[in-house]
Amino acid sequence: MGTSKWLARWMALSALLAMPLWGHAQDVQGRNLAASCAACHGTDGNSAGGMPPLAGQNKGLIVRAMREFRSGSRPATVMHQLAKGYTDAQIETIAGYFAAQGKPSDGGPPYSTY
Amino acid sequence: MSLSRRDFIKWASASAALASLGGCATPRGGKTAGRVVVIGGGYSGATAAKYLRLWSPDIDVSLVERNPVFVSCPLSNLVIGGSKSIADLTRGYDTLSDKYGVKRVQGEAVAVDPAKRTVRLADGGILSYDRLIVAPGIDFMFEAVPSLNDAEAQDRILHAWKAGPQTTALRRQLEAMPDGGIYALHIPKVPYRCPPGPYERACQVAHYFKTAKPRSKVLILDANEDVQSKKELFMKAWSDRYKGIVEYRPHSELADVDVKNRIAKLTFEDVKADVLNVVPPQRAGKIADLAGLVTANQRWCEVDFLSFESKAQPNIHVLGDAILAAPAMPKSGHMANQHAKVCAAAVAALLHGQPVFDQPVVTNTCYSFIDDRETVHVASVHRYDPEQKALVTVPGSGGLSGAASEMEGQYAFAWAKNIWSDMLG
Repeated sequence: MGTSKWLARWMALSALLAMPLWGHAQDVQGRNLAASCAACHGTDGNSAGGMPPLAGQNKGLIVRAMREFRSGSRPATVMHQLAKGYTDAQIETIAGYFAAQGKPSDGGPPYSTY
Repeated sequence: MSLSRRDFIKWASASAALASLGGCATPRGGKTAGRVVVIGGGYSGATAAKYLRLWSPDIDVSLVERNPVFVSCPLSNLVIGGSKSIADLTRGYDTLSDKYGVKRVQGEAVAVDPAKRTVRLADGGILSYDRLIVAPGIDFMFEAVPSLNDAEAQDRILHAWKAGPQTTALRRQLEAMPDGGIYALHIPKVPYRCPPGPYERACQVAHYFKTAKPRSKVLILDANEDVQSKKELFMKAWSDRYKGIVEYRPHSELADVDVKNRIAKLTFEDVKADVLNVVPPQRAGKIADLAGLVTANQRWCEVDFLSFESKAQPNIHVLGDAILAAPAMPKSGHMANQHAKVCAAAVAALLHGQPVFDQPVVTNTCYSFIDDRETVHVASVHRYDPEQKALVTVPGSGGLSGAASEMEGQYAFAWAKNIWSDMLG
């Protein structure tokens, strides 16, 4: 049906565009928590170089990496210490936020090689 | 199913944001959600200005900063050590205005009227605000070192604790010092800006001496009872790679200095140096006091950690080194960056009549250079505790480097590149 198709497109566009902006509580929570990562990983996860970009990364991969940092099974210099500061729920929220951002910049090595 | 009002608002705000991407600021003639003035363009102020515009393009943001460019304190000890120049640590404010629509005001804020909600500039200009963010950094309490309470004396006995002309001047003093000389560094009692900074500086000067003036000494005169940050890592550097060069003396309280003869007058002895570097005690930058924001020990500003709003003045927020931090929250550039985002989110929410996010998490990652390439770090994560009304360290989080390494040195440079980009564009 024409109306619902238009509506779906409108809402998809709205969801796509509004994510990093002024949105509802879940968006804001993800945005605010993810902002703590941006000091090292770049604004919205767009690394300026030398740090792994997080923007557009697969949510599941970010969650898995954080869990591995926390357990110590993934080697790290700092992330094993920082990962222990976030709850599972916070990691899910943050990973979801970064996954919804634009594709990774070419600013650093792929996340999986970190 | 119908399009909800919320979705329409999201769509509309996204459209407004897209319009701003072309470089225009607040929609011309459109309704702003409010006016925010930020005083201070350092690690916290510049970040707050950028994130307010990033997250809420309908807020009008002015950034007042007296300096034409940003010069980073983090990494500035490398200028003293000789491996970096001030130019390497200098960045412009242009992207903040060109890309994010922050209104740059180069000038000095000299007064705040909290009742009228105005800021007066040294040139007489007046800025009105709905919310004010004060990010003034620190000022020195020269009165605590009486002979230093004089402009000429301050040019001879340097602090180099704000990156810029003092940094390069200290480097020149070290270059002019003959081999076999003594560099003495006095550290004030905590709290001061950048807890590991003095110990990193001692390493940088020792590194320079080791390579260029091997008979010279570094004498650390610490007013504190012990090394205040990364103790074992610094002690190891001093006893291993800088053996015979660095001497650490705790409990070295400074009463005064003899400027002409470069003598540190400690409580129980006088110490003569060839280059005397005194980091004086500090307090929140002066405008914080003028605005009535200083509430703790006549030095620091107490804030609500959910919004960084002043406990003394409504509608005024204080960020960075100027605040009375919760325990274990260092006065660092990284922390300042984190304060700014919690504050920006809260200010945007308040100006839109939305609830303030009540579960903020902030991190600190702080690298110190042991020589020109190897670093050590300390990291921590802090979350808001509603009972303590403070940002408290998450149990089990954080820690230190096992040992100094070049890999962490590369991450330290990448940290700088990313955090400068995060704050300035």
